[in-house]
Order: sequence, then structure tokens, then C-alpha cells
Amino acid sequence: MTMRYVYLLAALLTAAGVSIFAYKWQVLGFPLTDDQETPAWTVETSVHFDAGPGPIKASLQIPTLTPGFGTSEEYSVSRNYGFSVNYVSGGRQAQWTVRRTAGQQTLYYRIVVYEDRNSDSSDTTPPFPLPPVINEPLKTAVDVIVNDVREHSADAASFTAELLRVVNSPSPASSVDLLLAEVHSPLEFVKMMTTVLAAARIPARIIRGLELQDRMRQTNLIPWLEIHDGVRWRFFDPRSGTENLPNHFLIWCRGDDALVQVDGGTNVEARFAVQKNFIDSMAVAEQRAKVRQSALVDFSLASLPIQTQAVYSVLLMIPIGALIMVLMRNLVGIDAFGTFMPVLIALSFRETQLFWGLVLFTLLVALGLSIRFLLERLRLLLVPRLSAVLIVVVLLMLVISIVSHKMGMETGLSVALFPMVIIAMTIERMSVVWEERGPADAIRGGTGSLVVAAVAYLAMGMNWLEHIITSFPELLLVVLAVVILLGRYTGYRLTELVRFKALAGD
Amino acid sequence: MLNAARNLRKRGVLGVNERNAQMIMKYNPRHLYPRVDNKVLTKELALTAGMAVPELYGLIGHQSELRNLSKIIGERDSFVIKPAHGSGGDGIIVVTGRSARKRECFRLASGVLVMESELQYHTSNVVGGQYSLGGNPDTALVEYCVEFDPIFAEVSYQGVPDIRVIVYRGYPVMAMVRLPTRMSGGKANLHQGAVGAGIDLGTGRTLGGVLDNAVVDEHPDTGALIAGLQIPGWNFILESAARGLEVTGLGYLGVDIVIDRHHGPLILEMNARPGLNIQIANCMGLSGRIARVDKIQGDAAAPDARAKFARREFSATSSLS
Ligand SMILES: Nc1ncnc2c1ncn2[C@@H]1O[C@H](COP(=O)(O)OP(=O)(O)O)[C@@H](O)[C@H]1O
Ligand SMILES: [Mg+2]
Repeated sequence: MTMRYVYLLAALLTAAGVSIFAYKWQVLGFPLTDDQETPAWTVETSVHFDAGPGPIKASLQIPTLTPGFGTSEEYSVSRNYGFSVNYVSGGRQAQWTVRRTAGQQTLYYRIVVYEDRNSDSSDTTPPFPLPPVINEPLKTAVDVIVNDVREHSADAASFTAELLRVVNSPSPASSVDLLLAEVHSPLEFVKMMTTVLAAARIPARIIRGLELQDRMRQTNLIPWLEIHDGVRWRFFDPRSGTENLPNHFLIWCRGDDALVQVDGGTNVEARFAVQKNFIDSMAVAEQRAKVRQSALVDFSLASLPIQTQAVYSVLLMIPIGALIMVLMRNLVGIDAFGTFMPVLIALSFRETQLFWGLVLFTLLVALGLSIRFLLERLRLLLVPRLSAVLIVVVLLMLVISIVSHKMGMETGLSVALFPMVIIAMTIERMSVVWEERGPADAIRGGTGSLVVAAVAYLAMGMNWLEHIITSFPELLLVVLAVVILLGRYTGYRLTELVRFKALAGD
Repeated sequence: MLNAARNLRKRGVLGVNERNAQMIMKYNPRHLYPRVDNKVLTKELALTAGMAVPELYGLIGHQSELRNLSKIIGERDSFVIKPAHGSGGDGIIVVTGRSARKRECFRLASGVLVMESELQYHTSNVVGGQYSLGGNPDTALVEYCVEFDPIFAEVSYQGVPDIRVIVYRGYPVMAMVRLPTRMSGGKANLHQGAVGAGIDLGTGRTLGGVLDNAVVDEHPDTGALIAGLQIPGWNFILESAARGLEVTGLGYLGVDIVIDRHHGPLILEMNARPGLNIQIANCMGLSGRIARVDKIQGDAAAPDARAKFARREFSATSSLS
């Protein structure tokens, strides 16, 4: 009966812990190890111009919707300028303003993006474009081409593909020649395509972006064609007519508005530089979760002040120590003083490292024990005697620190980090057992405590485990489930197999 | 390893985890613990239930009452000082006599001579809580020192052997006698080095002995054979033990009984978490007998009926053993 509840509770806890963990790991992309890094690109736009005499207002189009990419940070470097980001019809615009300046000016805008397949572009559906006003003789050429292409296509996408094939054909028709007579740049080419598509009542626009590579000193925006098929936006290579986006293509801006515009400046030029680097996957995952407004992360460790986080990274490992404690005592059956004393000892080992922790702890307890036996002779009352032990322990710690420092062993200093109450209690417990049950029992209990503490320390000190627990504290629910299950473990302890050996034979 | 566990399971050996989860947690409600953990209370309850206990000479519940110690001791030659909340034999001083030449010098069971001031110091430690759980202030009992029945003279080295009966839901299920050795300092606690010998519940005769989990046939100090001793008043002992259920309300209980030369069997203490070494002493697991009791439980039998059931069902010659 109770057993069923225990299993149910354990199953629920495990399910809750594992599902939150799986969501954070698979969907939000929380890394399982702390050295995982996500590739990221820092794109720097520098705007150069010569300042005129009057006030200056510089605007630069910056990325708004970037399918396939997430933004980790963006900022501008521009001394003396006021900076703001505005939303205009074409998307976002960075704006710098200054009342008076002189000479050559350079303004920087930097954005760090990382690849994120899940970042979708929830773009708006555009209205059908009005038929464009085109003058003769271009109008006839457009009409001919539209009619011709429409013959050979079924829908918006196939229309676009056919159109691009026709205009890019190596032996173009005369109408195409006429159409492209005034086109001198890829940008103008794409713009002309949008005009033709508008004549066919297909919403289309120019997009310009960067093909991100590891390192690009000077690069320019590549124009691309984007059409709306009534459901979603689709991308076409204006040169080949195939429907695709280049690899790592960061869409910088849409439309044919000037990339940069400076009121009150001359010789305006904008340059792009790209540098690939790696950023912490954890930061990316948290960023992603923030974008999705996931409550899980809002209520995570990362939302606490850094200092508190540091405390919790220690505290969260205590359940692991407690689990070890349960395993060692109920499954293995090791004798230890107190229920949680070994875990506390293990915590203090964090400061000293294992070897010195064991050495110093044993040394302190041994010294303290001998002092305790001396005090025994004086027949002090219990509480004064305990206090005397405590005082002696503090003095011993001081002596050990000073002596080891003089001998040039700095590890001895860390003895000061032992919680001395734990040491004093260990000494007291041990001496009582020593007197009443003999040195064998006392030493067995003391060794058992140290063994459990050492194992707990090793378990709590595993870096990957610490990382997992601090980024997925929900896994402690699983630990809780295991401890609850162990709480109903009624099988033999390992040491009992030895203890009852005489009974095991036939 | 798994094999060893399977063997133990087959032999019906009860493990600590199982004892804690299935017996103690199920049948021993925590609020009843004071009845056994506090020896003063146990004594009172046992007395009202009509069981025989070592006579209480006096209590010292406070440091300021320490000076009463010599008044309580008076002219007595032998007595025992023990903490009301002690366990495992910790903090018990057994005084068996006085030095012939110096009457203010006491002789302990181990033969050591101590002054009264040392007894006082010890008592003050007891009262200060050195031997009680969590170091809480405690009460020291001064009580009659049991003079053990000569039946055990051959197989005890100083001190008093005591009989431990495990009582499950009011039914005695297993028993052993614990014989002090030089190593156990005259105390009858197995983990201090006393010898344990199983007892045939049916007849009250001792079976073989164990020392430190190993089987022994002779007492390590006296060399006398351990098996085959007839314990006097066995029926009475079983009935007293069975009555432990009514006295304490605990369903899984260890009753410690000593046999005094003048007063017969006396209840020394009762235990809510009796150890499992009794299985080694009896060369037999507890689980089978426990299952047997679980099967017939239901008719609320009287203590003497339960003792009779145990004698019949759990004797060394009956089918179950
Ligand atoms: N009144 C007594 N007379 C003689 N020996 C005693 C007496 N009380 C206790 N002892 C000795 O001390 C041992 C432990 O005493 P017990 O009352 O069982 O306390 P604990 O709870 O510490 O086991 C006994 O087994 C016995 O050997
Ligand atoms: Mg006892």
C-alpha cells in the first residue's frame, strides 16, 4: 500500500525532473557540458563620412528579422553622438545625431549573431501590390515578359523561377534586352525584378544580406529576391533563379532604401567586417529562452544575483552528498558519526582539496582527542569541557597554520576554513565512543566518517556534475526520487553480507 | 555477492534495513519510545505491570543533587549507577563491593578500585548528558546491583550475564544469553565483546555461542562449555517478556532480563531497536518466525498464552527451526 505511493511519488518526481530537463536540453538548447560553445559572428558596420558645418544625423539600416539567426548582443561605438534605434517602414534603423563636429567621422555598429535554426521569421503578409506605373517603351516589354512567363508557370513561386530563367537566359529575347537596358548593378537588377513581379501582382521585395564566413575584412551586402506566395516569404537567387538562401546568410535589411544616409555629411561610405568567434552556449540558451519568455528560465538560478548564484552552486551539490550518505549507510552499511557530519566534512574539503583535507582533519582530530583526554583528568563538567575542546581546536588550527606557513606549505593555511564546530563535535563524539566502546569502535567510526566524506567530496566535486546540477536543478527531483526509493530499500547492506556470513552457509 | 544475499534471504536472515522499515517503523510508534528510552519510566511501568525489576535506590536529576549521592549509597556495598537515557551499555558503572581496608574505596566489576569522588565525577557527567542522545541533560539512576545466579558462574567473566528476548507483536520469537568477557569489561553488550549464546525457546537451554560474529563453543576467559545450560525460571522469563507488549505498546521489542541469586529474573531494560546479532547467536534468521506470528496474529491472546505459543512453535525441535 504505502509501497505503491512511494513508487508513484518517485515516478512523479522523476517524470517532472526529467521532462523539465529534456525541455531545457532539447528545446532551449542548454548545454550538457560547460565547455560547449556556439559559433557566433560579430558583424561590424563602420560608417565613414566627412562632417559638414551643421548638425549631423546619420541613419543606418540594421537587421530586424533574421531567419536562421539569433541576436546575442548589439551596440554602437560612437563618441559624442547620440544614439537611438528606431522602427521605420523598412525595419529597424540605427540613428546617430550630433549638433556640431568636424573632420572625418567614423561610426560603428556591432551585432553578435549566432545560428539558431528555430528562430523563425514571423513576418507580415503583405497586400497585393498595385500595378506599377511604368512608362513606355518599358511597359510593353514588361507586359510581353509577364504574359510569356505566365504561360509557363502555375503559381507565384514557379512564376518567379521562370521569370528569373527568362531574364538570365544567355540569349535573351529583345524584350529582356529592353528591360535590362538601364540596369547596371545587381541591386538595380533585383529592383527591376520586383517591378516586373508587381506588374504580375506578386508581392516581392529586395533583401540584402551578408554571407557570413570565418573572417571577412571588407564585404558588401548581397541583394537577394524575396517573394510572398500568399502563405510565406520565399527566397530566390536572382542570378540562377533557384529558390534558396546562401549558407549562413544574415538578412541585413529589406527594401531598396539607402543603407546609410547622412544628413549634413559628405563622402558617405559604409563598410562591413565579419569575425567568427565562439560564445558560451549557456548564454545563448538563456538568450533564446528570454526571447521565448520561458518561465522556466525566468525562475532559474541564472535570474539570481551572481553572489547568490555562487552560494547555490555549492548548496545544490549538498543533495548529491546526501545521496552518497544514504548509499554508504543504507546500502553499504558504513559506520559514521552523525547523520550529516560526513557531508559537512566533505564541504569543508572543498577548500583544502582532498589529500590535505584528510591529513589536516585527521591531524586536528587526533591532537584534539589527546587534549580531550588530558582534560578528562581534570574532571571538568561536560559543557565547560566541550568549550575547552573548542578553544583548544581554534588554537591548534592557528598553530598548524603558522607552522606550515613558516615551512612554506601554504596548504596548511586552509585549515582555518574547516568549520571548527564540526571538528570539536567529531572529537567529542569520538572520545565518548573511545572510552565506552574502546579505541577500535572509535577509530572505525572515525574512519567511516572520513571515507564517506571523501566519497561525498569526490562526488560533489565532479565538475560536469556540478555544471549539470546548476544548469538543471530540476534533476535534484530525480535525486529526491532515488533517495525516497532507497528509503524503502529493505534488502541487506553490503557489510551485513560479511556480518551474517556464518548464517549464509548451509 | 548477490549469491550471498540470496543465501541470507533463503535462511530468513533479517537485515537492518528491513528491520527498520518493516518492524520498527510499522510497530514502534515514536511517541512510545520514551517508555523504553527512559529507564526510570520503564522501571515504573514494569513495576505497575507487576514485573520484577532491580530496586531503585535513588535518582540524581541535577548537578545540585550530586551531594545526595553519598546519602543514596549509604552503607551499601554494591550498587549500579547508570544514565536514564543511556544505550549500548555506555556510562554504566557497576560497583560490586568496597575495599576491605578502606571502606570509602569502591571496587568496580572490573576489579578497579575508585574513590567516591570519582563516582561523583562520573555521575556529574551522566547528569550533564554525556551519555544521552544529543547530549541532553539526563538523570542518573542508582539501583540494586544484580548478584547473578551461580548457574552462570562458569560462563561469565565478571559482571552480570543477561538474557535478551525478542518480542514480536507480543510473542517471544528468539532469545539469547549474553555472557560478559574480559574484553567486554564485565558488560553484557555483544559489540563490546560479550559472548552471545542462543536459547532454545522451548526448553530454555542454551545453544552454541558467538563472539564477534564468529561461532565459539567455550567461554574465552573461563573455558567452560557454553551450550546446554538450563536457564532457571524459563517459563516465567518468557511470560515476563511477552508482557513487554502491554507495558510498552511496542510491537518489536528487545527485553533484557537478568537472573538474580535472591530475586530471580529481573527486567533490566527494554529496547525499541534490538540488534540483529541474536540471529548469529541462534544460527538462524528471524524472518521465518516473524512470518509465523504474522499469520496467527489476530486473536488477542494473553501474555501467558503467547509465551506458551512460543514455547511450542519456536523450540529447537519444532518443525520451524
Ligand atoms: N542493576 C544492575 N546490576 C548489575 N549489572 C547491571 C545492572 N544494570 C546494568 N548492568 C550491566 O550493564 C549492562 C547494560 O545495561 P542496560 O541496563 O542494558 O543498559 P543499556 O541500555 O546501556 O544497554 C547490562 O547488560 C549489565 O551487564
Ligand atoms: Mg542493554
